[in-house]
Amino acid sequence: MFRNISFLAVGIFFGITMTKSEAISWYRILEMFRFESFHMYGIIGVAVAGSAFVIWLMKYTQMKTLDDKLVVVPNPMQLNVKRHLLAGSIFGLGWALIGSCPGPIYVLLGNGYSILLLVLVGALAGVLAYGAFGQKLPH
Amino acid sequence: MNTLLLYAQSGLDGLSQPWHWSVSGLALTLIVFLLTWMGRKFGISSSFEAMCTLGGAGRKISYFNVDLAGKGWLLFLVIGTILGGVIAGEFLASPAAVGISDSTIAFLEERGMSYPASDSSGRGFMPTSIFNWTNTAGIIAALAGGFLVGFGARYGRGCTSGHAITGMAHLQLPSLLTVIGFFIGGLITTHLVLPWLLRFLVGDVA
Repeated sequence: MFRNISFLAVGIFFGITMTKSEAISWYRILEMFRFESFHMYGIIGVAVAGSAFVIWLMKYTQMKTLDDKLVVVPNPMQLNVKRHLLAGSIFGLGWALIGSCPGPIYVLLGNGYSILLLVLVGALAGVLAYGAFGQKLPH
Repeated sequence: MNTLLLYAQSGLDGLSQPWHWSVSGLALTLIVFLLTWMGRKFGISSSFEAMCTLGGAGRKISYFNVDLAGKGWLLFLVIGTILGGVIAGEFLASPAAVGISDSTIAFLEERGMSYPASDSSGRGFMPTSIFNWTNTAGIIAALAGGFLVGFGARYGRGCTSGHAITGMAHLQLPSLLTVIGFFIGGLITTHLVLPWLLRFLVGDVA
């Protein structure tokens, strides 16, 4: 139970971070894809560089996780250039339209934008469609 | 005691300002560290899959016929994420709308969307003049956009949190390629579709 409360706490921190960073803003995403501000690139850049350093340090010092395991790449994927680019592009087409990726869908709901329920329904339909027919695509 | 309260108040005021991108990036780094340390992977779109399984999709589609044991933590992360939005919205709201650039505002104005008035709350988070429960074009766009995000995230096995942050931090080439894909798709929508589509999406209320 304590572990679950910890995940709840991390989630709360994530929701606050996404709101205060303005990364949940549809307008910020539009601005990012129009290359009219550094804001989003700064957030992602620091997050990637910081995380890369932290993960490198955890691997280098052979730090154990709370499950008493070493840090490894989670679910590594086999390289398939076509799949990565195609899947990413499909995601990107939608991302720029609704201005929110999966995290912000939840955060915006919390911020009182009930219409994101509709986006969530669309997303679940997309996941169901992939589960049903997606295997035919390059993997 | 008064001094303590004063400190608490000024701290809250500081947190209520929009966070600088470097602070936001470091906060996300802390989240990646915490989840990695707790033996999990930072990836939000996995929760969509778990919801489908929870809803019984596994009976019809074998892809969803998986054991949910060990995925309960995702539920807590998602509930926390929503709660975080509630807390930030209720107690840490910024004093002004998101400060997007003048050229972005001009682009929107040209298409009949004023800023920040096109978000009825004035916060500049979501253009409710498009995305609301009565604008049919907006409803279709919300469903279609969600569909593409959900489909793409599961086909690519990850979204912004899983690939752009976690995967790239692990120096994974598949993640880098997926992120390049995110931008190919995002640039197509933003530069080839939105310039004309926005006029149709904006309802009469804008």
